[in-house]
Amino acid sequence: MSGSRRDFIKISALSAAGLLLGGHYVQSAMSGKKSAGNLGSAVPLRTPTYCEVCFWQCAGWVYKNEKGDIQKVVGNDDDPNCNGRLCPRGTGGVGMYHDEDRLKTPLLRIKDQDGNQTFTEVSWEEAFDFIAERLQKIKEEHGPECIALFTHGSGGNYWGNMLKAFGSSNIAAPSYSQCRGPREVAFITTFGDGLNSPEPLDIRDTRCLVLIGSHLGENMHNGQVQEMSDAIDKGAAIITVDPRYSTAASKSKFWLPIKPATDIALLLSWIREIINNGWYDKEYINQYAYGFEELKNHVQPFTPEWAYGITTIRPEQIRETAREMANAAPSVIIHPGRHVTWYGDDTQRLRAVAILNALLGSWGRRGGFFIPEKKSVPEYPHPPYPAPRRTWREAMNGKYPLADLALASGVCDATIPSPDLDCSIKAWIVNGTNLIMTLPDQKKTIDAINNLELMVVVDTMPMEITGYADVVLPECTYLERWDDLRVAQGRNSSVALRMPAAEPKYNTKPAYWMAKEVAIRLGLGAYFAWETFEEKLDWQLKQIGSSLEEMKRIGVKNLPREFDDLFFAPGDDHEFYTNTGKIELYSTALAAEGFDPMPVYTPHMEPPAGYYHLNYGRAPMHTFSRTANNPNLVDLMDENTVWVNPKVANEWGLTNGQPVYLENQDGVIAKFPVKVRVTERIRFDSVYIVHGFGHADKKLSRAYGKGASDADLITRVLMDPIMGGTGMRGNFVTFRFNKESEVQS
Amino acid sequence: MRYAMAIDTRKCVGCSDCVVACQTENNVPIGYCRDWVVEVTDGTYPQLEIEIRSERCNHCENSPCVRCCPTGASHYEAGGLVLVTPHKCIGCGACVVSCPYDARYSHPDGYVDKCTFCMHRIQKGQQPACVEVCPTKCMYFGDLDDPNSDVSRVLKKRKFKTLIPEAGTKPHVYYLI
Repeated sequence: MSGSRRDFIKISALSAAGLLLGGHYVQSAMSGKKSAGNLGSAVPLRTPTYCEVCFWQCAGWVYKNEKGDIQKVVGNDDDPNCNGRLCPRGTGGVGMYHDEDRLKTPLLRIKDQDGNQTFTEVSWEEAFDFIAERLQKIKEEHGPECIALFTHGSGGNYWGNMLKAFGSSNIAAPSYSQCRGPREVAFITTFGDGLNSPEPLDIRDTRCLVLIGSHLGENMHNGQVQEMSDAIDKGAAIITVDPRYSTAASKSKFWLPIKPATDIALLLSWIREIINNGWYDKEYINQYAYGFEELKNHVQPFTPEWAYGITTIRPEQIRETAREMANAAPSVIIHPGRHVTWYGDDTQRLRAVAILNALLGSWGRRGGFFIPEKKSVPEYPHPPYPAPRRTWREAMNGKYPLADLALASGVCDATIPSPDLDCSIKAWIVNGTNLIMTLPDQKKTIDAINNLELMVVVDTMPMEITGYADVVLPECTYLERWDDLRVAQGRNSSVALRMPAAEPKYNTKPAYWMAKEVAIRLGLGAYFAWETFEEKLDWQLKQIGSSLEEMKRIGVKNLPREFDDLFFAPGDDHEFYTNTGKIELYSTALAAEGFDPMPVYTPHMEPPAGYYHLNYGRAPMHTFSRTANNPNLVDLMDENTVWVNPKVANEWGLTNGQPVYLENQDGVIAKFPVKVRVTERIRFDSVYIVHGFGHADKKLSRAYGKGASDADLITRVLMDPIMGGTGMRGNFVTFRFNKESEVQS
Repeated sequence: MRYAMAIDTRKCVGCSDCVVACQTENNVPIGYCRDWVVEVTDGTYPQLEIEIRSERCNHCENSPCVRCCPTGASHYEAGGLVLVTPHKCIGCGACVVSCPYDARYSHPDGYVDKCTFCMHRIQKGQQPACVEVCPTKCMYFGDLDDPNSDVSRVLKKRKFKTLIPEAGTKPHVYYLI
């Protein structure tokens, strides 16, 4: 690593100045409270917020104790995303605020006399001046398009606004190409509409819910977990397809313990069963669908017996579950999942899911998919954005033609200079996403970072990515700041307010303020024309007939649905936004781009002897890698384990709780050992770990070295040729009992 | 009045929201808890079953913890709640070991602490924090003497069990199976 322009720097211990400043803020918050007369009040002061621990953005209330400290966050009863019930991460969100390992003051990378790179604490002004000067220089030398934003969460709006004003549209979220992108493209090519978030699934009224590798209940997608529970109450049948006996599998009528990477074979066989038995919704297909005959011919070879040989699911189980779905139709949901970048043919797998839903007539039907209401709130007025001269697409050489959003991995690729690129990306602003853990192939990410002239990281915690930054901007947590309104789609649209419940701790600031300050230095102040953020919010709220004053009281405003069109009325004409105006069982868009117009099963690599599929997923009390240091959530789960089938454990002589190192097919060993969990709940050809552990930054005092990081081990990436999703489930691991010190830095 | 809770093991996903909600509601210090989640797996692959239970003090009618308390700190409150009066508690820990459910812990401030069914909330007509927060709505709380309470109604409808019935403690937390 010594040749690297950019050494990883651990965020150094907090200086006395930082402490003093932090103390000062707490002091002023306290005295402010006293003068406001809230102490000793019988009614606890509550302020509205919406959660930032995950993307579901549930609205809630922040309560303080008698001392004026933030004590708890509870759900807002009027919020359709949570119905008054936050999930464990939202309830434990207070831990983000109390975490003493937070980033505390702006940091700038410097080189000392000996050439060592370190962070030095700087003032906000120095940090902003430095950033603005570098951005200006990059603009002059390479053009503003050579600046990119990676974002997850609220802050992305402000940095995005600044970037678009500056002349770049390279705004990427790993939530697309590393997560839900293939699903969006599959549903757009089939129904003409993506699903977005929260997904418009009528789970509470469904009679049959089919989960394919989707582990609802372990992923706490709050509204969906709540509705799954409602559906269980009402006696819905759940069918779970998963090599692991997930929590959802344990609630299921059928668990199909499928061989990993063979889902498309099962889906094609289900499609054939439903067509050949005449179980599809004939009227619906006749009226709305395009390409039925082609599909019927296409699936004829895919008998349950054929699928059995591939998936290991017995033919009678395939038939029985197909029948179960058909009996429930149209109140059936083949769940589209969320993190679906698995094997590189993910768009095609999700196409099969979409087609199956279409055949059963569940799109636009009660107990299936509802039509979401998508209202918006007007933007605060700003001058028009200049048209960017180039985007990330030019760097793709025509690859991934159907990507409808920027690819985080694509922008990363476009940062590494190559003969094909006339200009590579020179600066990254990274807001709230730990790209080291998020993007697959860490080596490539670090390679790209080493080619940058500027990297700014905005975060609340010293995540791995902050160690590679030139400038670290410490953001205050969501409990300490205003943010843009949350406008959610759903059965009706809803708007939620986030306001600060406390003064920012330490020398931290909200991202909107940071972006505005940098914009002013770039001469782009007109794009942030508001004086205070409250003024901007109040203006926006007044456009929809509310006000900041009202929202402070109610927290959430439900906007009534304009038309009675939650579901299709029987026989209604409906125009779908596809080339044919119909639900495309045969995709004309895919055919036009030279892709299979109907899904095809292609075998994937299998693990060599002694290796196992590396499957990863979520635990209900953590979000990605971002909560691994949250004191409240660490208390619930402080490390991950590697799930191993007892037969496999026996072969290796592994026992419960024994620490092992995982090594992948490319000889990469995870940085830290992980404890074995011997359990019948996992197939003999797979292991399973919860994502987000194995942090390597020592300043994360509770998370450092706890468990294994799947991100370390995902070095083989299976690209989705249709939209550029990065398939991450093609990696295999074996066990090692010790680790040579020279492997992996 | 007899307060009781019923918890639906068929709906519980074991997310531990009840645990963290209790901690923040009742200022339970980090590292301790008044409720917790138990997951029991039965069978061999692929014939498996899991039972997931959110557990806490059972507010037993015949509580060994009350019987063994030398100072009277552990006591029955109206509605059958089993409570500890911190200032009377000498922290001897007899109740901690007498409880068959391991529902009590020694608070770092020197007294024994446990679930109160959120007495401060139920007195105001609210639900206990764990019941109110649960995303799966798998918990039912109320008065067994009131046939229309959530808990009475669900116990009428569903099969249920109590934990370690052989201890003869007559628990007031029921598990729907």
